[in-house]
Amino acid sequence: MSLWNKHAIFEKNSIVLTVGILVVVSIGGLVEIAPLFYLRSTIEKVEGVRPYTPLELAGRAIYVREGCYNCHSQMVRPLRDEVERYGHYSLAAESMYDKPFQWGSKRTGPDLARVGGKYSDEWHVAHLANPRSIVPQSIMPGYAFLARAEIRPEQVEGHLRSNRLGGVPYTDEQIANALTDLRAQVNPDSPHVQALQVRYPGATVRAFGGNPAATINGTVTEMDALVAYLQVLGTMVDFRTYDARANMR
Amino acid sequence: MVAFAATAMLCLFIASGSVDPAYSFHVYLFAAASVAAIFALGNRYMARPAMIPQEINGKPNYNMAPVQFATVAAVFWGIAGFTVGLIIALQLAYPVLNFDLPWTNFGRLRPLHTSAVIFAFGGNVLLATSFYVVQKTCRARLAGEIAPWFVILGYNFFIVIAGTGYLLGITQGKEYAEPEWYADLFLTVVWVTYLLVFLATLWKRKEPHIFVANWFYLAFIVTIAVLHLGNNAAIPVSIYSPKSYIVWSGVQDAMFQWWYGHNAVGFFLTAGFLAIMYYFVPKRAERPIYSYRLSIVHFWALIFLYIWAGPHHLHYTALPDWAQTLGMTFSIMLWMPSWGGMINGLMTLSGAWDKLRTDPVLRMMVVSLAFYGMSTFEGPLMSIKAVNSLSHYTDWTIGHVHSGALGWVAYISFGAVYCLVPWLWNRKQLYSNRLVEWHFWVSTLGIVFYISAMWVAGIMQGLMWRAYTSLGFLEYSFIETVDAMHPYYVIRALGGALFVIGSLIMAYNLIMTVRQGEAAEPESAPALVPAQ
Repeated sequence: MSLWNKHAIFEKNSIVLTVGILVVVSIGGLVEIAPLFYLRSTIEKVEGVRPYTPLELAGRAIYVREGCYNCHSQMVRPLRDEVERYGHYSLAAESMYDKPFQWGSKRTGPDLARVGGKYSDEWHVAHLANPRSIVPQSIMPGYAFLARAEIRPEQVEGHLRSNRLGGVPYTDEQIANALTDLRAQVNPDSPHVQALQVRYPGATVRAFGGNPAATINGTVTEMDALVAYLQVLGTMVDFRTYDARANMR
Repeated sequence: MVAFAATAMLCLFIASGSVDPAYSFHVYLFAAASVAAIFALGNRYMARPAMIPQEINGKPNYNMAPVQFATVAAVFWGIAGFTVGLIIALQLAYPVLNFDLPWTNFGRLRPLHTSAVIFAFGGNVLLATSFYVVQKTCRARLAGEIAPWFVILGYNFFIVIAGTGYLLGITQGKEYAEPEWYADLFLTVVWVTYLLVFLATLWKRKEPHIFVANWFYLAFIVTIAVLHLGNNAAIPVSIYSPKSYIVWSGVQDAMFQWWYGHNAVGFFLTAGFLAIMYYFVPKRAERPIYSYRLSIVHFWALIFLYIWAGPHHLHYTALPDWAQTLGMTFSIMLWMPSWGGMINGLMTLSGAWDKLRTDPVLRMMVVSLAFYGMSTFEGPLMSIKAVNSLSHYTDWTIGHVHSGALGWVAYISFGAVYCLVPWLWNRKQLYSNRLVEWHFWVSTLGIVFYISAMWVAGIMQGLMWRAYTSLGFLEYSFIETVDAMHPYYVIRALGGALFVIGSLIMAYNLIMTVRQGEAAEPESAPALVPAQ
C-alpha cells in the first residue's frame, strides 16, 4: 500500500476534505496576519498623529465614496525618485486611524499621501470642479457636484462612535461635540474654534471649499470636507523633528 | 417563509428611519425581494407536485433549471461587465466621457466593472458549472429543491445590490470587496447555503470517490467564506446608514485586504476555474485526466501556497519587511503548483491534439490554459521586489491581470458555456462552429492588443517616473507621464472593443442554439469516471 492510497481518506469523506482544506488555507494567513497585532515594531509611536476631525473624517468618506483610491495611491515608498517627487516615505503610524486603509494599488494620477499643504484650497476647489482648467492634459473626472452637496448633519456623531468601537481613541467629549466641530472647522469666526483645536491639536480652520453659506447658516458642503481631508494628508508628522532612528532596534 | 416575512418587515422598519435615499432604495429592494420570495414559496406550496423522484428509470433525475438560470445570467453579466470595462477604458483615453456626473465617473464605474466581471460573470459561471459538475460526477440530484434556487437568485440579487450601490456611492472602499455591510451579511447567508447544498449533494453521491473537480470547488467555496468574513468585519454607523467602518485599520487592514484580495484571485478566479478545467477539458477531449498524482500534489500545494502570497501587493510599503519577504518567497514558489495545473490540463490532450483543428471550443479551453501558464509565470516575476518597484502602481499590473482574466478565466468560461448550453437545452450541437471560430479569433486579437499595449505603457510609465536627467533632477513631471499614456489607452480600448464584439457573437450563437438547434438523441454516455 503506497502513500498515494492514503489520499483516499480525503476523497471518500467530504468532511475530512473540508477540514483538511480549512487547516491548509489557515496557516499562511495566521502566520502573516496575527503577529501584526502584537509585534510592537509594526506601528512605531510617532509624535503628531491624531484621529481625524469630524470634517476630515467626512471628507475621507467622500474620498472613499467617489473611489479616488482607484487612481491615487497614498503610500510613498522609500525609493529615491518617490521621496524626491512626493516627500518623506510613508510611516505605518500615519495611517493607523485609517478605516479602511487607502494605500491604493494604482497611480493613474499622482500619489496623494503628502498632498496636504502642497496646493492652495482655491487650487483644489478649481481642480476638483474641472481638472482640465488647471492641468490641460489631466484625465481626471470633474467633481463640481461636490460643491452643491451638503454634509448631512444627522449622523456625524455616529461616524465617530463607530470608529471608536473599531479602536480609534475618540473621547466622549469629541463625540459629543462632533457636529459643532464639523461646523466650526469651516468657519474661522466661530466661537468654537479654540475648543476644536484643543480637541484636535494642529487642526486648521478655514473656509476650505470657499462656501459662503458656512459662516451664515452652518451648512458644510462635501467640497469643504474633501478639501479639508486632502489638506491634512501627510501633514500630521513634523519631519523636521522626526527621528527615523529613534525606533531602530 | 417566516424568515422572508421577517426580513420584509425589518426592511420596512429600517426604510422608515433611513436618511440616505440610496440606502432606502436598497432597503425597499430587499423588502420587495422578500415579498416576491414569499409569493414564490406560497405558489410552490399550493402547486406542489408529488415527491420529486430522485431517479427515473435508474438514471438520476438531475435538477438543471438552476444551472440554466445561472448560465444565462453569466452570459448577460459577462457582456454587461465587458461593456463597462470598455467604457472606463475609453474614459481614460477621453476624460470627457466621465460627463462629470456622480453616477458616471471613473471612480464609481471601475468597481462596477471589476465586480461585474469577477463576481457577476465569473460567479455565475462557477455556480452553474459547480451545480452541474457536482450532480454529474456524483450521479445524484442536487440536494434540496428551494435551497439551490435561493443560492442562485440570492447571489444575483446580491450582485444587483452591489452594482447599484457603487453607482449611488455606496462602497466600503476596499478593492474587490466594495459592497457594504448589509450586502455582505446577505451574501454570507447565501454562501453558507451554497456550501451546504454542495456538501449535501456530495453526501448523496453514488461514487465512492469525490471527483477531483469537486475538491477544487469545495476549496473555493470554503476559502471564499473565510476570506469574506475576515476582510469585511465592519461596524455600521447605524442600522439606518449604509456606511460602515472596517474594524481593522492601517497596516493590519492593508494585510487583511490583500490576504483577501490575492486569494479572491487564488480561490475565486483560480481554484474555481481549475475545477471547470478538470471536468470540461477531459470531457470535451474525451480523454482521461493526464495524472491523478499530479492533481493531488498540485491541489494541496496550490491551496497551501496561495494564501501566503498577499503581501506582494504591499512591497516597499509600511508593511513590515518580514511579511513582504514571506509574500514574495511564497509567490515565487506558487509558480510550480500553478504550472502543475496547466500541465495536467494540457497533457490531458495527449492523443487528442488533432481535435484542436476541428473543435474551436476545445481550442478556446486549451488557449485558456496557455494564458493561465503565461500569467502564472508573469505573476511570480512581478512579485520579486526589484521588479515590483518598477511595475507596481503602473498599467503593467492591469495588463497582467487581464492576460489572466481575459485569457484564462473568460476563455475557460466561454469554453464551459459553449459545452453547457447544448447539454442543458438538449441540443445536438452548437448553432454554428464558424461563429465560435470568429469569437475565438476576434477576442484573441483583442487580448493581444490589450496586453501588449499595457505592457509597453506600464513599463514606460515606471521608467519615466524614475528617470533622472544628467544633472540629477527628475526628468519628467507626473503629468508628462499621464500624457504619454494616451496612445496606449486608445489601443487598449480597441482591444477591449474587440473582446466585447466577440462576446456578442457568442451570445448570438448561444441564443440561436437554444432557439433553432436540433434536439439531441437521448443521452447514453456514462457519467465521468473519477480519476482513480
